[in-house]
Amino acid sequence: MMFNEEFESLPRPALEALQLKRLQATVARVHASVPFYRQALAKAGIGPTDIKSLADLARLPFTLKQDMRDSYPYGLFATPLDDIVRIHASSGTTGKPTVVGYTRKDIDTWSELMARSFAAAGVHRGDIIHNAYGYGLFTGGLGAHYGAERLGASVIPMSGGNTKKQIMIMKDFGSTVLTCTPSYSLFMAEAAREEGIDFRGLKLQVGIFGAEPWSEAMRGEIEEKLNLCAIDIYGLSEIMGPGVAIECREAKKGLHIWEDHFIPEIIDPESGEVLPEGEKGELVITTITKEGIPLIRYRTRDITSITYEPCACGRTHARIARMTGRSDDMLIVRGVNVFPSQIESILMGIEGVEPHYQLIVERKENLDTLEVQVEVNEGLFSDEIKHLQALAHHIEKEIKDLLGVTCKARLVEPQTIARSEGKAKRVIDNRQLG
Amino acid sequence: MKVEQISIFIENKSGRLAEITRILGESGVNIRALSLADTSDFGILRLIVNDRETAKRVLKEKGFTVSKTEVVAVEVPDCPGGLAQILQTLDKQAINVEYMYAFVERCGENAVIIFRFDETDKAIQTLLDNGFNVLAGERLYAM
Repeated sequence: MMFNEEFESLPRPALEALQLKRLQATVARVHASVPFYRQALAKAGIGPTDIKSLADLARLPFTLKQDMRDSYPYGLFATPLDDIVRIHASSGTTGKPTVVGYTRKDIDTWSELMARSFAAAGVHRGDIIHNAYGYGLFTGGLGAHYGAERLGASVIPMSGGNTKKQIMIMKDFGSTVLTCTPSYSLFMAEAAREEGIDFRGLKLQVGIFGAEPWSEAMRGEIEEKLNLCAIDIYGLSEIMGPGVAIECREAKKGLHIWEDHFIPEIIDPESGEVLPEGEKGELVITTITKEGIPLIRYRTRDITSITYEPCACGRTHARIARMTGRSDDMLIVRGVNVFPSQIESILMGIEGVEPHYQLIVERKENLDTLEVQVEVNEGLFSDEIKHLQALAHHIEKEIKDLLGVTCKARLVEPQTIARSEGKAKRVIDNRQLG
Repeated sequence: MKVEQISIFIENKSGRLAEITRILGESGVNIRALSLADTSDFGILRLIVNDRETAKRVLKEKGFTVSKTEVVAVEVPDCPGGLAQILQTLDKQAINVEYMYAFVERCGENAVIIFRFDETDKAIQTLLDNGFNVLAGERLYAM
């Protein structure tokens, strides 16, 4: 079932005509109201009136995450703060988050696209949506919440954590839909088993999982253990939040990206060249209806491919493949974006800590764990255990406070972290995400 | 009246202690007393040796993190309540023991306890004022 059949099944020529009109309007607007874009467009030698066809998109400059950081907090806003009704943020280097603002119309669009996403996953009015995405600066919780309400389903605003209570509520309230990170769903299934509760006895039909990379094998495990249909959803706060793209229940073959609001491209991350349909590369998205922060050719760093082939569900919107990795060194740990450089700057801020560190990521009992190994030099060393333990706790707390991710700090002997030639290997990711 | 102890950081993995003792043995360093404090991740090996400088140098050369700490060696009467007396005296002066370990003198009548205090100088003065026998470092290294 489609939430907005007219737009979701718009014939391609009409869809592309709409995209062009909206792209032209967006370029004109950022040129007029965002100094960053006025300069970037001038540098690229292209003006708003030069966008004559969708092919001209490739002539526009890219926007990088760094550009958003450099504009912290409001530099990329295209509307006065008076028109912004909501502000979200994702974690950022040295504790400065990437800030995004939404106008009332942006919230309205986001709600509709999340409602479309729920409908594509087979959710409808009458469903009880157990929303275990975190509420707060992170876009997951409120994004799913507004979409659920727009759809007309009942939403339980659980947010993350407090697993025992989550299970009790799901059981007692008769939740039919679960939204959370894929790893948390498996963690809940395990916790339920320990409580003597079998997920197969619950009413859950559909799970909508995103905010972290997962594999086809993990889908099998989730569907088996939670006895539901697991759907992959994609989004990022810079573009909107959850609901940028989603798998349809009918095909479960690729995620439909809502093309009447976003124009996707796949580029070669090295050269920046646009790649043809089906080739693997970095996903670049241009927003064409956003008011608060319109973004031109935003480099997501997510590696995927795109197909325009007609889908069994009847939606005409292109599909992107399940994300297979990143073109930068960003890690996603329990739904939180973490760059090794962020950890590095936190460690450098702690007196005596040397720049020799390593991050070990594992998936244990279906939850990601992050271990930060720090070499102990003479400046840090103490002959008293309590001082060293206090140091480890301090590192853990700083990382938790600034990045919002729980880690374990492990103190290691000097020279135990390999000094490789050239670029040091900072991350050992032992999760097998396939 | 202070005694110099060397402390070494060791990760909690097999063979590290053997490695340290081998390095010291090969350099002719004799261990007089030792204590190992450990957690699940790491340990701290504390040593009183006959030749501190050599011990420090050879361990550092092998990449270990080594530090020097001043500790106090006190002779403890070998009778019930001997240690209690010392601790009571220190407690009255609000001096804290960070850690301690015993040192067995080969032919002596008394036991020796190595203490790490939060206030080393004040602790030594208190012990001397109360008639306890605080041993000089040189005597220990040469034992």
